Amino acid sequence: MVLDHTRFADVVVVAPRGRIDHATSEGVREALAPFLARCTADGDRVVLDLAGVEYISSAGLRVLMLAAKQARVQQGFFAVAAAQPLVLEILEISKFTLVLRTLPTVRDAVTAASPAGLAAFERG
Amino acid sequence: MRVRFWGTRGSIPTPMTAAALKGKLIAALGQAGGRRFDTPAAIEAFVEQELDFTVRHTFGGDSSCVQLDWGGDEYVLCDMGSGARVFGNHVLAARRGVPAVYHVFMSHTHWDHIAGFPFFLPAYIPGNTIHVYGCHAWLEEAFRRQHGAPSFPVEWARLGADIRFVTLEPGRPYELGGFRVSARRQHHTGDSYGYRFEREGRVVVYSTDSEHKLDDPAQATAFAEFFRDADLVIFDAQYSLAEAISIKEDWGHSSNVVGVELCQMARARHLCMFHHEPTWDDEKIAAVLAETRRLEEITRGDHAVRVSAAWDGMEIDL
Repeated sequence: MVLDHTRFADVVVVAPRGRIDHATSEGVREALAPFLARCTADGDRVVLDLAGVEYISSAGLRVLMLAAKQARVQQGFFAVAAAQPLVLEILEISKFTLVLRTLPTVRDAVTAASPAGLAAFERG
Repeated sequence: MRVRFWGTRGSIPTPMTAAALKGKLIAALGQAGGRRFDTPAAIEAFVEQELDFTVRHTFGGDSSCVQLDWGGDEYVLCDMGSGARVFGNHVLAARRGVPAVYHVFMSHTHWDHIAGFPFFLPAYIPGNTIHVYGCHAWLEEAFRRQHGAPSFPVEWARLGADIRFVTLEPGRPYELGGFRVSARRQHHTGDSYGYRFEREGRVVVYSTDSEHKLDDPAQATAFAEFFRDADLVIFDAQYSLAEAISIKEDWGHSSNVVGVELCQMARARHLCMFHHEPTWDDEKIAAVLAETRRLEEITRGDHAVRVSAAWDGMEIDL
């Protein structure tokens, strides 16, 4: 699986699409791994843009949890953003919004990530 | 068939506190709004019809014990948590001394699942027969060692009933207690076992103290088969999903989210959340139930799953 991604200075916005469920979650995890490897205190800030995700199952949520844990261990920045209403509701019901940095928009997430990222984002 | 819940709380018996009772009284009087009720019947009608569940009721605090009643003269139970004490007293009052046969299927032998047995009065009465089924090699030892010093004043030898322990083999179907029964091993410290009960086209699955690892799709598929087309799945939903896969990972319990997913995969008809977290009060459990119903609704395909949360005393007719 290849994930679309866009760089804004030191912020990388990664955008999975479709369903993240038992059938696809492992592919998402593997595709996300290179981005997370660089998600360190001095490295990239990673934002997961969920706008294109239609559904996420418990297996998909586990991938988000693993990503957040790895980023925390590496003292990196990881956030999810722009979830569709259904996906956001799943995040809320599963209580992931309590343990995962969840922002309404990609811009909000980039803003939280770094000033340089926001400047690049605003320049388009 | 009727399923009766005698104990639904997880981990430890959890009596309602005086503060919680006071809160319910304040809420009830507040909802009454100064109205006058002239008869006890009018009060009861107000309580039953107008008060919210969490005001007029409680989910209860006894630990795991569930009865499967198909109308036979013998009794079928899952687990011997503190709810078994209430069940035993109920049966003794109803039978007025007539001996009975009990079939008890044990998920595992952690304290909250055996703690009711020393207070299960039918075990003390000669003439009663108690078959205890389970898949653990130490099943009998676990029951025996909580009787006598230093844990309990009554030695095992003083139990008057004929108590027989039977080790079952997971995956093998048995004809026991009027049911076709099969057990499945579950992920829990020391292992636990779920049971699938079938009788006359009805299926009940009892699956508590079971953690579901999300990195293994084959395991999810296997559990969906175990739950396949069940009329009722009694499911360990002690934690939120976020807790179950982070700070409480490997604590051996599951979540409402996984319960919904597995029941949808299995095309089960009714998910009953069970083994409630002891730190959750009635309002919290009710809120989780509402969220779980919403999750089922927004993720539903062509198959609807009814969702409920068990409470001590609840009955479900299948």
